Amino acid sequence: MRADTATALPAPRDPAAARRIGLAVALVVVLWPAFELAEFRPAKLLDPANLDIVGRFLGTFFPLALDAEFLALVARSALETLALATAGMAAAMALALPLALLVAESLSVSRVGPARRAWLGPWLRAPVRFALILMRSIPEIVWALLFVRAVGLGPAAGVLAIAISYAGMLGKVYFEIFEAGDTRPARAILEAGGGRVSAFCYGILPVAVPELVSYSVYRWECAIRASVVMGFVGAGGLGQQMELSMRMLAGGEVATMLTAFLLLIMLADAVSAALRRALA
Amino acid sequence: MRPGAFVAAPWLVLGGFALAAAASVAYLGVDFVALFTGDSARQMAAFARGFYPPEATPAFLARVAHGAVETLAISALGTAAAAAAGAALALPAAGRWGALLKPPARLALNVLRAIPELVWAAFMVLAAGLGPFAGSLALALHTSGVLGRLFAETLENAPRAPTQALRDAGSGATVAFLYGTLPAVAPQFVSYALYRWEYNIRMAAVLGFVGAGGLGQMLYVSLSVFKTQEAATLIVAMIAIVAVVDVLSAWLRRMLGRSGA
Repeated sequence: MRADTATALPAPRDPAAARRIGLAVALVVVLWPAFELAEFRPAKLLDPANLDIVGRFLGTFFPLALDAEFLALVARSALETLALATAGMAAAMALALPLALLVAESLSVSRVGPARRAWLGPWLRAPVRFALILMRSIPEIVWALLFVRAVGLGPAAGVLAIAISYAGMLGKVYFEIFEAGDTRPARAILEAGGGRVSAFCYGILPVAVPELVSYSVYRWECAIRASVVMGFVGAGGLGQQMELSMRMLAGGEVATMLTAFLLLIMLADAVSAALRRALA
Repeated sequence: MRPGAFVAAPWLVLGGFALAAAASVAYLGVDFVALFTGDSARQMAAFARGFYPPEATPAFLARVAHGAVETLAISALGTAAAAAAGAALALPAAGRWGALLKPPARLALNVLRAIPELVWAAFMVLAAGLGPFAGSLALALHTSGVLGRLFAETLENAPRAPTQALRDAGSGATVAFLYGTLPAVAPQFVSYALYRWEYNIRMAAVLGFVGAGGLGQMLYVSLSVFKTQEAATLIVAMIAIVAVVDVLSAWLRRMLGRSGA
């Protein structure tokens, strides 16, 4: 728009104002009860007692706790996190593969033609599917809390929590990979009279394995993140130590462990990215 | 890749992973066999049986409903605050306020994003006391890092021509942004915020484990005092919320997609 035509126009009007203001007002009206429900009280942040705690906590953040004994503890916890995520992932993969095989219809013998015990298929598939949904729709940290109550504090609860919730996720994705790929080789084996397992091993696995492994590596990276957080409910590793230090308001220790946590995540990120690039 | 060629890489990765897993189990020193046999297996079975039947007295269901609404409120407020803070940080992070402010804004976004919600929640419980307010703050802090980065990317990819045209016609920087850039990026901002809200509802349900309100806090308390039947109801409520949100958001996306918005 050129300046000389602008002067010829009537008084400037904001075409978008009414709509924008209307939307903003509507948002505030909708969110208003939420402020009450969530006890939104910014004044609490300035409460002298809370300020005192935060002040003391943040005041001890620097310098980081770097004495040899504490660093050794952090290293042990980080290694524990790594180990529990890896062990949990291995268990999850071992659990997910047979479950995914059970629900994969592309391996269904009864779809090829008449088969003995064909009626068994849907009856077997439905509960397995339901179990997979249940396993992944309960958040991993809830599993962790449940297992802490069942088997006690420590990494065992973390391993089991990752095994269960990640088996639910992996099972679904594995199943999708089996179904999405080229299913003709598996079908040919089935039609030639091969069994379900050999159809899988020779018909599907050779094509699907890069994607299976690549996705599992990505999930391993997620499991490391998750296992740090799970420690906060007592499931072992770095998170559990961080929770203890936080409870004692030992800011320097928390700062060191946050740094260790970020380094661990970056390391897992890099390893996972490199592996996936090699697999692509 | 030649079809039929044997690909070694995935099998090598799998083999390496199997070794790592064996080393991990050895390092952890947990006897998983003992965990699932004999006495501890019986104890675990007894623990699992305790969840049935879920607690369903009207009084408790009313409390669960309140907890569920509280969870929704925490996630809504946290996401709304994060969208505002994220947008405010995205402007410098996209280099709109000069090259000097870009690196510190990016660093701030990265730090906010790198610390998980649950760790923020543990911090916020110290700063604001137990309760849902700490949960909203924790979600707001982590999510502003996530949304800020997405918003900044959107801003960087936004077409420059409309803004430049307004500037050339003599409008100020703020007006040029509001009418030249905002209309182009707003739909993307809203869709990122809504997607993140959906995710935050799941998160808000578990933040209570460190005392940040909502269903999570109720579940943590129930399990602490071994009221497993109450815990069962709360877990069902959590799954139900997530399922309802999933269905609603899928439906909403279809509707929005159909109207072309």
